[in-house]
Amino acid sequence: MHALPFSPATASLAGVPARLLFLLIPLVGAACFAWMMVRRMAPLMKAAPDARFDNIGERTILVLKVWLAQWRHPRYMLAGVLHIVLFLGFLVLGLRSFQLIFLGFMEHFTLPGFGGELGVVYNIAKDYAATAVFLSVVVLAYRRGVVRPARYAVPKELGKDHTGEAILVLGLIGTLLLSESAFEGSLLAAGTHGTATPYTLAWGFQHLFSGLSIPALGRINVASYAIHDLTFFYFLCLLPMGKHFHVITSLFNVYFMRLKPGHVKPVKYGVDDKGLDELTSFGVKKIEDFTWKHQLDFYSCADCGRCSDNCPANRVKRPLSPRFISIKGRDHLYQRYPVFGTDKTEAEPLIGGIYSEDEIWSCTTCGACEEECPIGIEYIDKIVDLRRGMVDEGMVPQSLQKPLSALEKRGNPWGKLEKKRADWAAGVGEGFEVKLAEKGDEAETLYFVDSMTSYDDRMQKIAQATARILTKADVDFLALGKEEKDSGHEVRRYGEEMLFQSLKEQNTEAILETGAKRIVTSDPHAYNALKNDYAGLPPVEHVSEVIAAGVEKGKLKFSPLADPSKTYTYHDPCYLGRHNGMYDAPRVAIDAIPGLKRVEMAGACKDRSFCCGGGGLGLFYEPEEEQRMGVLRVNMAKEAGANVIITACPFCLTNMEDAIKVAGLEGQMEAIDLCELVDGQLQH
Amino acid sequence: MDILVCVKRVPDSAENEISVAAGGADISREDLVYAVNEWDNYAVEEAIQIVEREGGSVTVVALGDSEIEESVRREMAMGAEQGLMLVDGAFTGSDGLGVATILKAAVQKGSYDLVLTGAQADDGAAQVGGMLAALLDYPYASLVNRVEVAGKSLRIGREIEGGSQELNEIDTPCVLSIQTGINEPRYVGLRGIRKVASVEIPVLDAAALGVDAAAVGQAAAKVRRVDYFVPVAGAGAEMLTGSTKEVAAQLVELLKAKGGIN
Repeated sequence: MHALPFSPATASLAGVPARLLFLLIPLVGAACFAWMMVRRMAPLMKAAPDARFDNIGERTILVLKVWLAQWRHPRYMLAGVLHIVLFLGFLVLGLRSFQLIFLGFMEHFTLPGFGGELGVVYNIAKDYAATAVFLSVVVLAYRRGVVRPARYAVPKELGKDHTGEAILVLGLIGTLLLSESAFEGSLLAAGTHGTATPYTLAWGFQHLFSGLSIPALGRINVASYAIHDLTFFYFLCLLPMGKHFHVITSLFNVYFMRLKPGHVKPVKYGVDDKGLDELTSFGVKKIEDFTWKHQLDFYSCADCGRCSDNCPANRVKRPLSPRFISIKGRDHLYQRYPVFGTDKTEAEPLIGGIYSEDEIWSCTTCGACEEECPIGIEYIDKIVDLRRGMVDEGMVPQSLQKPLSALEKRGNPWGKLEKKRADWAAGVGEGFEVKLAEKGDEAETLYFVDSMTSYDDRMQKIAQATARILTKADVDFLALGKEEKDSGHEVRRYGEEMLFQSLKEQNTEAILETGAKRIVTSDPHAYNALKNDYAGLPPVEHVSEVIAAGVEKGKLKFSPLADPSKTYTYHDPCYLGRHNGMYDAPRVAIDAIPGLKRVEMAGACKDRSFCCGGGGLGLFYEPEEEQRMGVLRVNMAKEAGANVIITACPFCLTNMEDAIKVAGLEGQMEAIDLCELVDGQLQH
Repeated sequence: MDILVCVKRVPDSAENEISVAAGGADISREDLVYAVNEWDNYAVEEAIQIVEREGGSVTVVALGDSEIEESVRREMAMGAEQGLMLVDGAFTGSDGLGVATILKAAVQKGSYDLVLTGAQADDGAAQVGGMLAALLDYPYASLVNRVEVAGKSLRIGREIEGGSQELNEIDTPCVLSIQTGINEPRYVGLRGIRKVASVEIPVLDAAALGVDAAAVGQAAAKVRRVDYFVPVAGAGAEMLTGSTKEVAAQLVELLKAKGGIN
């Protein structure tokens, strides 16, 4: 090893060996950072339990895909690609920064294994990484500072703009890159440090510094080292103070992210349904009631605004923005558990404090936010937990109390008579028979109709179409009739867990009683409830799967459309698509109809589908909003060039039909259920 | 402030299809589901809120057969710490005066600063509150939509014709009949009811109340229901025709003509 012309480890500052300073900075910085991390962990230690230590393999794959490969980032192409450059650059340059810390007091320090060829390759890689990251930082700063995409805006009532923090951090990253490159460039210019990787920052600095004397280069070397060292530890200690905490937490947040969409967390992990009566309190009422993962979510939010950009409630100006569920939660945690100072111990209610009742009732649990979050932050379980807390305290708007009371007494949200639950069956038509469990009939398949399709005059047509399709597909089926209660899907998601448990028990008993070997439903909410919320039932299928299978087997054959001039588009219901990944079966069914022209609502279909306005109790809640979600959705269909919206959910259909009227598109746009469409074209 | 709230168990008008029974003297009671009379929920909520502000206690009282326990428990789950059930076969078929007589005895069994009733019941005649006050010789205010405690008296708001509001001062003890809209009654779910499932509720009969069984019940009733029937439908509705704009214009004219809008 040849001697270097200069090194921070051998320099002296005003007669004092610089290495003392360069030893002190990391020690103080690391101690400070360690203290902050201990403080940040404090609330997590007291938080509610969360069972996330299972499925190591699946979680590891998620880390590789969502964290390392940044899978969700390109959903926003420019910001996503820039972030990927920044992220990968960080991983590469992290090693260099680590090495640099030691170079301050160990002149020839190299990372173990980086002494030989690997070190040479790494040096080239890190020089290009630094340059690429620097260019990204410039573009990102321009975006944040000048272009200012709308999704980063902070509504006035929610505090001040976050641009300053973003620009500060970009400035720090830029400073790290430039100082590291200047450090490298000074050594290169001294001519004793090999050759520069061409067209990199270090290469640029080498040329900039060429011709300077060795002492001058030595001063640049020490100065750039000192700047890098100070910036590095300042940045490190800044991370746990705001949105850049995600640099540290995102890895863990992704590892522990939720694995099963469509599911709702239990009231308390470790307490089964039978133990619920023993709990003294339900749901989340104060920040400490959240699980540790949900608190980690708050820490991890990078404030990127993708959740809120895709949140239908936010888009129609309901008082909900998922991004601020996180930001407000994070700030509240910071304030109750400060880095310096004592923890606040007196309980502070979240509702009426940082969150409002309307904010929490505004969510339709469509899942668009969770689908979008690049680091796996979840919202539905938090919203459900907050609602459980509100229900427990009696804070339920009158508009929801009525249907809940009716569900308790009659098993449907309108309080209609149980004995009329199968009235739809009378309209199926001649030659069709609907068997009913209430009459003691038996069949291999159970058609679970659920309340909306059973009682709503318009939606009964879906039940009737489904019955005809099932018959045509040679499915031997029966319905429960008055034995059926509401599936309770929204009852659970609106926080009334005990009522849900009661409905679940009644339905489970009635379903098992029939001896049916499988369940089919035409309501995605019932589908999700029976599949994911219930246990011990036969397999559950959505009717679109039955149709797709019938088409494949040749059992269902369709006549060509009478009017081939219309253009159709398919609206993915949230609880079929995002929550259960069923995107293909309905499309297969639709595309099997000869002469049907179908377009996609580009950028707003499949896992980016836009909620119609919400199902179940969502129909009863009266939110403050500027317009209906359905109206936005109908306009998306119009922009896609469609004049018929096909849905596969009774709630979507009712919301779409209302929205068509509100949007003034009657006569130009129509909505139809998949079952009605298929039934109309069936060859009998 | 110790408050007694009188509540009634009624067929839930929102969740039943009400039809007249074959005999014509009652509604068909098969397949009915029952609830606490809607106005009474507001009265209980108001009592709880007053006690939350001023201290004191809330007692809920109901009159009827053993089925009323469900209603009393539901209101206790809202936050009323005590319940009271007035159950005696002799009470069956009481008219308004009979009910007020029984409730008066219940009021006098305790010591309450304030007695609340709902303004009316889904299946009632809005008469018990006033009669109860008169029998007790207490001051009375009906259709109350605001209550503030001011020492020994209350400042109460009442809604009067045309949406105007009046403010009165009333001395305690007194009886108030509570109008809906005075507050937002809190939600009670299955969990809340289970929490109070084992709280003991005293049951008083005529003897325990010191009520003369001959003075109440069907035999003593001076108001008797003679018939129950669905009124003959009037002439058919007027259908407005034309474009949406024309229909709207016609509707505005009609509403103006009939005094719906000025």
